[in-house]
Amino acid sequence: MTTTQPHPKTSPLIELSGIAKTFVVRRRVGRLRRTRAEVHAVSDLSFTVSRGEMVGYIGPNGAGKSTTIKMLTGILVPSAGLLRVAGIEPSRERIQLARRIGVVFGQRTTLWWDLPLRDSFGLLRRIYKIPPARYRENLDRFVDLLDLGPLLDVPVRQLSLGQRMRGDITAALLHDPEVLYLDEPTIGLDIVSKARVREFLREVNAGQGTTVLLTTHDLTDIEQLCSRVMVIDHGRLMYDGDLDGLHSLGDSERTLVVDLAEPLPAIEVDGGRVVRVDGPRQWLAFPAAASAAPLVAAIADRYPLADLSIQEPAIEAVIARMYAEGVAS
Amino acid sequence: MMVYAAIASRTFRRYATYRAATAAGVFTNSVFGFIMAFTYIALWHARPQLGGYDVADAVTYVWLGQSLLAPAALFGGGFQDEFSERIRSGDVAIDLYRPVDLQSWWLASDLGRAAFQFLGRGILPTFFGALAFDLTLPPRPGTWLAFLCAVFLGVVVSFGIRYLVCLTAFWLMDSTGVQQVAGFCGMFFSGMVLPLTVFPGWLGDVSLLLPWAACLQVPVDVFLGKHEGVQLLQTLGFQAIWAVVLLLAGRALSSLATRKVVVQGG
Repeated sequence: MTTTQPHPKTSPLIELSGIAKTFVVRRRVGRLRRTRAEVHAVSDLSFTVSRGEMVGYIGPNGAGKSTTIKMLTGILVPSAGLLRVAGIEPSRERIQLARRIGVVFGQRTTLWWDLPLRDSFGLLRRIYKIPPARYRENLDRFVDLLDLGPLLDVPVRQLSLGQRMRGDITAALLHDPEVLYLDEPTIGLDIVSKARVREFLREVNAGQGTTVLLTTHDLTDIEQLCSRVMVIDHGRLMYDGDLDGLHSLGDSERTLVVDLAEPLPAIEVDGGRVVRVDGPRQWLAFPAAASAAPLVAAIADRYPLADLSIQEPAIEAVIARMYAEGVAS
Repeated sequence: MMVYAAIASRTFRRYATYRAATAAGVFTNSVFGFIMAFTYIALWHARPQLGGYDVADAVTYVWLGQSLLAPAALFGGGFQDEFSERIRSGDVAIDLYRPVDLQSWWLASDLGRAAFQFLGRGILPTFFGALAFDLTLPPRPGTWLAFLCAVFLGVVVSFGIRYLVCLTAFWLMDSTGVQQVAGFCGMFFSGMVLPLTVFPGWLGDVSLLLPWAACLQVPVDVFLGKHEGVQLLQTLGFQAIWAVVLLLAGRALSSLATRKVVVQGG
């Protein structure tokens, strides 16, 4: 496995070593009997994140992403292992740490439904004890960057999802946190809102040097934002490195889409295999590293070719295969 | 401390915006006050000096009960609905990553609500009652002050009970059942249905020692001047002890909850 450490010399801001989290679940068996079952949400998880990094943290549903973030914020106590964020053990000094981190849960809101955005921010200023000058400066900047001006006096319950998310991200950053955890920050957003959120995150990471750990199901987030990606599945770290490494690891294939003059049985040709047939159209997979020319020539030679196109390997496909096969690191 | 004051004042203002609900509450409490006042008058004419109260005491008891029902959340409610829903949905995770103490946060919020409901919903019913009936009103300012202290402590005790009830949602996933049982206990053992001093034998003795007594029976008795001098201090002490015990139990249980239990949702 190829592991890149972008800043090997700086001391890690986030440090996990052998972290495990086990939940005990009681299940009913029969009418009255219950059995205790252990669910290993995270097992033997070790990684470090350096100051200023922007790391994508991906995995299928139930892989342990949110559990990891909850442990990093101190909400959950690890069952085993060593965990440090900015030198602090999160669960032991949760409140101490809370002043230095920002969290955005895409599916929840930190804002108050019945308050205008401005009042929610004002309450957070008191909660985080942000000095007034600093608060004004930050608020002005975020309002400008995220175009929140017209929304400040609107009660949160009247905001659209994209507007609310911009409010939530602002709320997480008002107190200048060193680390920002984003749990699916673009979930449910339209393309324009997604682009705006990404641009803003890039700005915060580059401008303030805020360390960002981002979980997402939208791999475009990762492709556009993160130099480093970690893949977790079944509570284990499957991959930790850059995006290119993920491509090569996944043994990528490109897809040749062939339109024939008439519907025919699956094409039989060396160097490619048919993965899908739909009327006259057929999809052939071939190694990403190989040239498409000989394949196209061989098909054109023996079949009535009408049109063709080539699809590049999608990172989705690479990762989907990884999830399916459980590639060991 | 500033944070908690801000939270309390926010909840106060939030409740203040529900004007129609406040008016409806005042109306309901007043109607019930009249119905119960006539019932009590009939009862105390049949059994004079029942529970150590004369008719004026008994009618005053009714109106104070109606006035304190909402502020002391005798039937449950207040922050409870919001907090248990946040535990059920997992939104409590958001409360937990803030640099504030979970229990103090909700206590501040509930005190803000109680303060509004005392002023907005509490004063008017007793005022109407005083127009229509002869009530026992404290002659000395000190008694009024003691009454306010007793109401405050009563609200804190009520919070302590409701906070514990909410925390069961961490284990039970849904605390509605526990809330209903607790609400029923609250109505009965606070003295909302009948003054606890009316209950015969051991039931009366025991119920006067339970924490619910601190929520209504004690503040009303202070108002009626049943406790004076050293006995008044002991009575307020009784409330304070329950407040401290319940708050400490709530602290212990919430740290257990966040340590042992799943915060729900992804």
